Amino acid sequence: MKEYDLVIIGGGPAGLAAAVAARNAGVESILILERDNELGGILNQCIHSGFGLHTFQEELTGPEYAGRFIDQVKQLQIPYKLKTMVLDLAPDKTVTAMNAEDGLFQIHPKAVILAMGCRERPRGALNIPGFRPAGIYTAGTAQRLVNMEGYLPGRNVVILGSGDIGLIMARRMTLEGAKVHVVAELMPYSGGLKRNIVQCLDDFGIPLKLSHTVVDIQGKERVEGITLARVENGKPIPGTEEHYPCDTLLLSCGLIPENELSRSAGVTINPVTNGPAVNESLETSIPGVFAAGNVLHVHDLVDYVSEEAAAAGVHAARYILQGQSPAGNEIPIRCEGGVRYTVPVSIRPQELEADAVVPLRFRVGNVYQNKRIVVYAGETQIFQRKARVLAPGEMETVNLKASVLQEHGDAPEILVKLEDA
Amino acid sequence: MKKVNLICIGCPLGCPLTVEMEGDQVLSVTGNTCKNGDKYARKEMTNPTRVITSTVRVTGGKLAMVSVKTASDVPKGKIFDCVKALKDVDIPAPVHMGQVIVADIAGTGVPVIATKNVDAC
Repeated sequence: MKEYDLVIIGGGPAGLAAAVAARNAGVESILILERDNELGGILNQCIHSGFGLHTFQEELTGPEYAGRFIDQVKQLQIPYKLKTMVLDLAPDKTVTAMNAEDGLFQIHPKAVILAMGCRERPRGALNIPGFRPAGIYTAGTAQRLVNMEGYLPGRNVVILGSGDIGLIMARRMTLEGAKVHVVAELMPYSGGLKRNIVQCLDDFGIPLKLSHTVVDIQGKERVEGITLARVENGKPIPGTEEHYPCDTLLLSCGLIPENELSRSAGVTINPVTNGPAVNESLETSIPGVFAAGNVLHVHDLVDYVSEEAAAAGVHAARYILQGQSPAGNEIPIRCEGGVRYTVPVSIRPQELEADAVVPLRFRVGNVYQNKRIVVYAGETQIFQRKARVLAPGEMETVNLKASVLQEHGDAPEILVKLEDA
Repeated sequence: MKKVNLICIGCPLGCPLTVEMEGDQVLSVTGNTCKNGDKYARKEMTNPTRVITSTVRVTGGKLAMVSVKTASDVPKGKIFDCVKALKDVDIPAPVHMGQVIVADIAGTGVPVIATKNVDAC
């Protein structure tokens, strides 16, 4: 098998943007490995619009957004292999993969970018009692069936979880002639974007029941109905049960970064995000292995995936061209007071170019109003911004200036927290 | 005068808007953080519209379906008419992104266009 300097695992939005950026930064020898039969990843089934407002200043559908990056990859003649499954990533960056054409093969790249994305939390991870009848799908599976294969998975639908895919599918199933009776959400707030609640539920009169969950699924061969109950302190309240006759239950209960390969390579995983712990260059604990997109942490908007992946591409290019990771003082980033995690988890200030900006991305653990996002380097406050509303469904970004970070290059830690405004 | 609360769908921020109405007339919009919010609120109260996305069948293509959208926004009340009008559309492969699938969907004067390439098999 031909050798490549850079192997990108995954041909979705992250992999495509990383490939384009790495090529533009001077890496000639790049290979993208994609397990599906086309490039574009999950965007291919996201036929709704709302993508690209930040990147292209226009509202595109998923396939159109993917198309823009696929065109660039083709123009730059970056090679890719489809229907190719990566089986293993070794600690020395050896990539073992297979497909029907090449059989089993190994590549020994100088750098690897992890861009495998994420997958949906399945029923088995949710502890819902009841039988296992046909008619229970994750929202993304239903999305693929409707939008790509042309099948309607059911006519009377209940959706558990108010993540964006669940909301989008409530609308999609309704437009295709199904009756969506209710969307139930375990938490007291929705995990999806507000605009999706308006456009996908309110527009069609679909009720959203917060603090509710499925306590029973009826039907042995096929779903015949489900029972919802109100939840307090994580427990269903007896006496609040409501029965919904239905033939389909869609689950939109969270996304999990897909890191089997990262783990087999021995990459350190952040237990909060379930993605690799990375430094400011989006480099994992293994030098030369970078990560970007939903494999790193689940994003709300694909625009940020593209931006992050492009940065990973540039950093991977620098690693390949310089032959090593720069050594230097690494300041750990800690979070508290509502901030659940940060990406990156550490910064090497002297690594940054003087005019560079480090985007610090994070999510909060609850709905907050009238807070300030504050960043400290040691004892000194180096950033603050007012935030009128913060919600777990939306990712926040704080841009830290390299010049400011370098001034505090000997700080023992960087602290990100919410304070009262 | 009545007050109506809306959530802006212009971008993912989802600003909470308050619109003061006198009959059919919008008196004021507050809560928006950019001018798109003002525009959205006025339109939503007088002539609400949406871009509709859906899929139509492809014959002889590498994929069974091709994704489509209305080339511009159509009246909100026409959503179901538009989707119904797409139900029996069958388009021969190859299909190109931007290709007109239906010239005038449900009498709105708006064309429906493909949002994806589907090669012939």
